[in-house]
Order: sequence, then structure tokens, then C-alpha cells
Amino acid sequence: MSVMTYGEAIRDGLRQAMKADERVYIFGEDVGQFGGVYGITKGLINEFGEKRVRNTPLSEGAIIGEAIGAAIAGLRPVPEIQFSDFMTTAFSMVVDMAAPYRFRLGTKVPIVIRAPSGGGLRVGPYHSKCTEAWYFHVPGLKIVVPSTPSDAKGLLMSAIEDDDPVLFFEHKKLYYEIREEVPEGIHRVPLGKAVVRRSGGHVTLITYGAMVHLALKAAGQLATEGIEMEVVDLRTLVPLDEETMLGSFRKTNRVIILHEAPMRGGVGAELESLICEKAFDALAAPPVRIAAKMTPVPVSPILEDFYLPSAQEVIDAAKRLVQY
Amino acid sequence: MGASSIRTISYEPAKEDVVPLTQNQLLEIYYYLLLTRTLENKVEYICKSQNLAAPLIIGKGYLSTGQEAISVGAAYALEEGDWLAPSHRDMGAHLVRGFTPKEIFLQYFCRASSVTWGRDSNVHFGDVSKRILGFASHMGSLTPVANGVAMAMRYRGEKNVVLSPFGDGASSQGIVHEALNYAAVNKLAVVFVLNNNHYAISTPIEQQTMVESLSLRAAGYGMVGKTIDGNSVLEVYKTVKEAVDRARRGEGPSLIECKTMRMGGHGTHDAMTYIPKNLLENWKRRDPIVGYERYLVEEKGISHDQTESVARRIEGEIEEALEFARSQPLPKAEDLLRER
Repeated sequence: MSVMTYGEAIRDGLRQAMKADERVYIFGEDVGQFGGVYGITKGLINEFGEKRVRNTPLSEGAIIGEAIGAAIAGLRPVPEIQFSDFMTTAFSMVVDMAAPYRFRLGTKVPIVIRAPSGGGLRVGPYHSKCTEAWYFHVPGLKIVVPSTPSDAKGLLMSAIEDDDPVLFFEHKKLYYEIREEVPEGIHRVPLGKAVVRRSGGHVTLITYGAMVHLALKAAGQLATEGIEMEVVDLRTLVPLDEETMLGSFRKTNRVIILHEAPMRGGVGAELESLICEKAFDALAAPPVRIAAKMTPVPVSPILEDFYLPSAQEVIDAAKRLVQY
Repeated sequence: MGASSIRTISYEPAKEDVVPLTQNQLLEIYYYLLLTRTLENKVEYICKSQNLAAPLIIGKGYLSTGQEAISVGAAYALEEGDWLAPSHRDMGAHLVRGFTPKEIFLQYFCRASSVTWGRDSNVHFGDVSKRILGFASHMGSLTPVANGVAMAMRYRGEKNVVLSPFGDGASSQGIVHEALNYAAVNKLAVVFVLNNNHYAISTPIEQQTMVESLSLRAAGYGMVGKTIDGNSVLEVYKTVKEAVDRARRGEGPSLIECKTMRMGGHGTHDAMTYIPKNLLENWKRRDPIVGYERYLVEEKGISHDQTESVARRIEGEIEEALEFARSQPLPKAEDLLRER
């Protein structure tokens, strides 16, 4: 074990996967000597050479297209899309080409698209979005949203070994902000297994990605007031671990669903719907969703802080639920 | 500014002796041209005559009638380990690359044993075991995927080439521009064949581009570009063969525009009333199969008996394939959820 930041853990996951499997290679805008705009791939070109670490033109569609073709032809490409916001220009490649390919033709398309996502860095509407809901609707894609360094490494390694197209949304605010002990060498965290980050009997909070940390902060605060909030980190949205999610809810009978993306049509809507359909009998209070405001992501710190979900909103919601 | 001021990549025109073909190969090309035409005529006939309450063909036919020379000629220039990233008028290339008429009819009839398990129909198919990517409706969307295949070949040190055809309509798509530039920058072993049949559904080429020859765009990518007669199967074959050889030598991609005419509607549902009659009549005189047959007989010493025997063989193959595919089971509803 060694202490790594979230960003270092992703780099280590890439390095281990590339060492373990000749077929794994990385490419994208500025991923070579520059190491990517967040430095995540820094040094990998020196270790693996230009064949396996390659800069590309500013052509997201062509980048994802290359990944699909290379995967069909037997490689395990791991392209980086500089910001998840920019994947819109490759949207058709993702949802029309990669997603239905195996269904239509029986050919596996093992690609992992790494894309920094999320807000909090004051970089505005084109570099801050959480876009997972746009893809959550599409059959044929897997979606991973790691919240911790060891999960980021372990989920990345599992994603690279998976035979389907995987969207790997890294939260850019976590890159240098959090660190923890991460297992050395090959480390896998299976896709589709949620984890309970904090136990509690009064209320369940279901979330993923950077919001896990917000939830834990709120849970700590709530504990000082005698409310024990259980925090479920989904880790992957597809496949979705309904069992862990519903298991926790059936224990507390109260649920908050939290995500950073705006609320309307978000992943939270699906989670809430699942709870209502599958465990309505266990509801002691109406489920609560907490999400970003229904606006594009603003730049001003004052505006962005107001835009993003806050620990206080979680605390208030938990108190309301317990008193319901 | 004259055309000479445009920075272009030098290009040596094809000479017949550069790529000599044996009598057998010349006849084989004839076989694939006629097989494509006969098969697609059958598809068209079924589409237009079938009982719509219980259709045999699900969906419509998207045919290459009148422009078979492009697909057949280009695919014939490939070697066994090469790949095809087809467009939607590439029946000829599918046949050259090993799809059988039986498999094609299974696909058109959406049978359980079709290559797509009945999940997709008509020309939306492919097969990785034959090194053919699966066509998708978004025009030009296989061009970047073709690049990826070429990248994988080079990654493993294989000397294989990817043939990536697309149409004049697709050439307006941003993704095609991305893919061409990307292929050029990476010197990928891809041969882009632009099938300019002058119509994107009903929209004539004049309403799609200001460029007389779409191969001029190649210069902008730093790529070899050439415009040729798409109705001459040998010209297509030779030009593509040279491009394939160049790509195999590591000299990068090419863009070959093949001028032709779509002699049917966009699909079998389209009566193409928007195409001027005299335009079709002019192009009909240049039918690629009729012209090629005349060439074989007049200049290559192939007899009418030989070409007729090819035609008879094809008729038999198509009838047999049709009967076979018709007898095969339809998918079961629950097959929808079966994992491939």
C-alpha cells in the first residue's frame, strides 16, 4: 500500500493495466509529454513509448471512432476525452456506434473512455458538467464514477478488463484533493458492487462520485446531533447495485438521493423510481432528491457554490426525513 | 488562382500493366458484378411485390444498381487479411469479401440465423470474422472506426489495409473530415473511397458542395486524392489497388472519388421522380456491367458463352439462396434479451 491522490491512483491504474496487457494503450488530446491537462498521464509516454501513449488532433469523434475500431480489431483502447463536456462532439460515436455494436453484431467493443467531469473548480459551463445521465439512458454502455483513490484505480482496472464500452467519469476536483492508501500492483474493484461508506440506522443517502465526500461531511455533522446517516456509494451506475441500495433503504426506511448533475431527468430520478417501485412498503417518508440547480454551470465562486449541492441541504433534508 | 497553385500530392495514373489480371480474375470480377446486380434485382422485386401484411423483406432495400463497379472493383483490390468498413451501397464488396447470397437474404428477411440475429436488417450488418465492420445509418460514421482498425493493425505490426467507402452525402459530415485528417496525420493504412453518385436521397450534389471534384479535398489533408470513372470496374480496381499498395507500404491514406450515378431511388420505396430522365438515360448508356462485358468479349477474348454461363450459375445460386433463407426460422421474442 502507498498513499496516492485520486489522480495518482488513476495513473497507477493505467500503468498497471498497460504493464499487464500489451493490448492496452492510451491516446487523446495532450496526453503525451504534457501528460493531459490534469497531468494524469504524465510520465507514461516515457515508460511506454509513443506507440502506447499518443497525442491526437482535436477530434473527439475520431478519437472515439479509433477506439471502437481498435477494440473491434482486438486491442483494449483507453482514450481520454479532455473534459467530459467535450464528449458531445463524439456523442454519435458513443451512443450509435459503440453502444449497440455488440447487440447488433455480437462483436465485443472493450473500450474505456476516461473523461474528467464535474464542477467546483470555477471553470464554467463547458468544463464542469456531470453528464452521466445523458448516457445512463443508453443500452449497451457501462458507467463508472469512482469517489476514492483506491476505487478509482480498482474500478479503472476492472473497466479495462471489461468487454463492453465503459464511460469512466473521473471527478476533476478530486484529482489532487483527496489521498489515501491504495493497494500496489494489480488491484480490481468489481463493476456493479456498491459500498456502504458509513453505517447508520436513521436515514440512507445514496450517491456517487465527488458527492460521496459531501455526504460523509454531512453525515459527520448529523452524527453530532444524534442522527446516523448511512452513506451508500454506488461506484458504478451501470451495472447498478440495486441490492445494496435497497438493502440499506429497507433498514432505515428513509432515503436521500444526491448527485451533482442537475435534477431533471437525472440519475436520481431513476433511483427514486426504483425505490418506489421495489420497496414502497418500506417508505416511512417521501424520498428526497438533492442535486445541482437547473442551470448551466456558472463560473463565479458565489454562483457555483450556490449551484452545487451543499452539505447543509443534506443535513436539512436528513432532519426533515427523521422528523417526518 | 488556378488548380496548379493547390498543393497536391503527386499521383501517377494507373496503367493496366501495373496490376495485370488473369482471364480468371477478369471473369471473377464479372461474376461479382453480376451477382451483385442479380441479388439486388431480386431484393427490389421482392420489396415491390411482397405482401405488405406479411412481408418477406423487413424494411427496404438500399441498392447499388448502376454503381456496382465501385464496390466490387475496390474490394477486389484487397487481400485476405485486409478489412472493409462498408457504406450502404457496398453489397458488391460484401460479396467479394465472403458474404454469401444465403447470408444476405437471411439478413434481409430478419431470420434468427442472420448475422444480426434479426436485430438489424437490410444493409446494416458486418462480421468481424470476415473482417467487415457493421454499417450504421449515420453516414460516414465508419470512417473513424476504419482508422481504429488500421491503428490496431499497425500496433501489432500487421501490414493490412482498411477500405473505407462513403458517399457524396456523407462527405458533408464533420466526422468524415475528422477521420480523413486523423488518418492523414497518423499515416494510417486506410483507403477512403468516395462514391459520388450525385444524389443524397433527393438532394443533388450541387446543393451539397461547391467543389467540382471531391477528391480535391484530399490536398487539404495532405493526402493523395484522385477522381476517377466509377463505372469502370477496372479503373476503380487499379486505382484502389495502387492506393492499397501505397497504404501497405506505410505511405498513408488516399481519397479516391469515383463518379457514378445512382440508377435507382435511395431505397426501394423511392420512385426518384426528382432525377431528370435524360440524366438517367445518359448514365444508363454507361452501365458498368454492360460496358465491362463488352470489354471482356471485344478485347479480352472471353466468349458470350462464358459470360452466359456465369449468368446461369448466378441465377441458380440466387434461387437456391432465396429458398434456403425463406425456410429459416424467425427469431423468438425472448431472443431480444439474449446476450451475444
